[in-house]
Amino acid sequence: MDLPALSLSELRDAIAAEKVSPVEALDALDQRIAAVDAKVHGYLSRNLELAKRNAATADLSKPLGGVPIAIKDVINVTGEPCTCGSKILLPYRSNYDATVIQRLRAAGAIPFGRTNMDEFAMGSSTENSAFGASRNPWDLTRTPGGSSGGSAAVVAADEAFAALGSDTGGSIRQPAALCGIVGLKPTYGRVSRYGLVAFASSLDQIGPFTKTVRDSALILNAICGKDPMDSTSLDVPTPDFTSLLGRDVKGLKLGLPREYFIDGIDPQVNAAVRAAIKHYESLGAEIVEVSLPNTEHAVGVYYIIATAECSANLARFDGVRYGHRASDATGLLDHYGRTREEGFGPEVKRRVILGTYVLSSGYYDAYYLRAQKVRTLIRDDFTKAFEQCDAIICPTSPEPAFKLGERADDPLKMYLADIFTIAANLAGICGISIPCGFAETDGKRLPIGLQLLGKPLDEARLLQIANAYEQSTDWHRNRPPVV
Amino acid sequence: MQYSEGLESFDFVFARQPLSSLVRPLSMSADFDVRYTARLARLNLSEVEIAKFQAQLGQVLEYVEKLKAVDVSGVEPTAHAFSVQNVFRSDESRPSFSPREALENAPRSANGLFIVPKVIE
Repeated sequence: MDLPALSLSELRDAIAAEKVSPVEALDALDQRIAAVDAKVHGYLSRNLELAKRNAATADLSKPLGGVPIAIKDVINVTGEPCTCGSKILLPYRSNYDATVIQRLRAAGAIPFGRTNMDEFAMGSSTENSAFGASRNPWDLTRTPGGSSGGSAAVVAADEAFAALGSDTGGSIRQPAALCGIVGLKPTYGRVSRYGLVAFASSLDQIGPFTKTVRDSALILNAICGKDPMDSTSLDVPTPDFTSLLGRDVKGLKLGLPREYFIDGIDPQVNAAVRAAIKHYESLGAEIVEVSLPNTEHAVGVYYIIATAECSANLARFDGVRYGHRASDATGLLDHYGRTREEGFGPEVKRRVILGTYVLSSGYYDAYYLRAQKVRTLIRDDFTKAFEQCDAIICPTSPEPAFKLGERADDPLKMYLADIFTIAANLAGICGISIPCGFAETDGKRLPIGLQLLGKPLDEARLLQIANAYEQSTDWHRNRPPVV
Repeated sequence: MQYSEGLESFDFVFARQPLSSLVRPLSMSADFDVRYTARLARLNLSEVEIAKFQAQLGQVLEYVEKLKAVDVSGVEPTAHAFSVQNVFRSDESRPSFSPREALENAPRSANGLFIVPKVIE
């Protein structure tokens, strides 16, 4: 049995049937990583011995019993590093588990391996990682997307059965699309953020990367729910997210936002998404046109709100309680200024500066407050659209994976890569990216992602709609050519 | 002078005109000063970074200028997508970090305390 090629569900079934032990699964994964990760660079670290000790106590009767799951290096796991892709956290070791890790363990899963990311989740390509970019398993000269690019790349390259990532403006859905796998951003407040190192607290949400839609539902079942340690986690009933899987989509309405089919979408992406829409029609779904008139403002609003929140959140990196500390400071201001200069990379510095500026005296109303008001309009757009449809259908990313280095030094162009994903974070709704085809570029096949956006807390329906497409197509069965 | 301070003085002198008529049509990003903002952020930058960020972020600020064209009169700001208010827990002690655990990652500590650079002469 080619263990690393299994999906999470397949591995769990094999473990439940005692065909495979968790330790065998870990060993197989470790060998796969040793064989391919020098090329993909999806992992920053892994601790096989610690994972095997955890495997010995994992409850195999639980829904994720004995299954290893890779963790983005922004989520605290006891005894492991949590660099956030930054030099400033290089000396840090976690001495507690994030709530999602406690819940994964309670469901029988074993955290194994820490995945690469843009520094503090700021970026769309992993090129902002202080430890070097990850590479797309479909074409090693291209980005896997970001910020959770490592998590996407390792699942696509069969170096993980599934992974956790975080999504602030598309950081789960965009890399999932570019790597040809499933990525789910739950509704804001569905999953506790306790133990997730904060980037933009009103936008951040943890979610899974998986090879199938069902696997995402299983992980969401394990990690969701109210948490007293996160006051923004919602106290709402948590359904079984697998409960609607397998049902058809006859009579369901899918909304096509007219503002999303703009000039500048790659023609192959446009064609694949339009074919997917036709496919849904053939499955019995009804396509309705909806309008999200404030779409053009989403990127601007996002880069004010996200940078404002990041400048406040990253103030905690002061060289006193954890992380890097500049040596031989001449005083407190010198200590802060140099600790942060030495510890942060260029994109983090840019965003801290922008965020500080938009919050500074005299500019707050013009930038931050105005952005929060436009955010209300964007959220209202979705509320109105969802009166006409059960989910919204659109591309995840306007183009397939771009070349590494192509836009590393053009922040504005990089920011526009998130144009279709950002609004869901501003509105707090749930979204998923699933594979829907390939673009042929330079003789390589590059995955294309289809994005479905759902009503708040309607993940079960979203997963049903995604599953119906996946189970009637073959895209998710394609594996990348890497090694 | 801060922009807001300027507005207040205008408010005093030209009280019968709407404030909006006094706002300079010039892009506000013209006021953007990386060097000053970096000081506020307690973040040292090299001269090369200052020049580069000034240009790059100026471009980003030009891009977000178009938000000014949106009519937001009467619109409430959204801080969180789902506003949850008054989240209380019972006022009881519960497990938390010990002093030793809290200091485990400190770059410098002694006698159960964080060591910081001297603040007062």
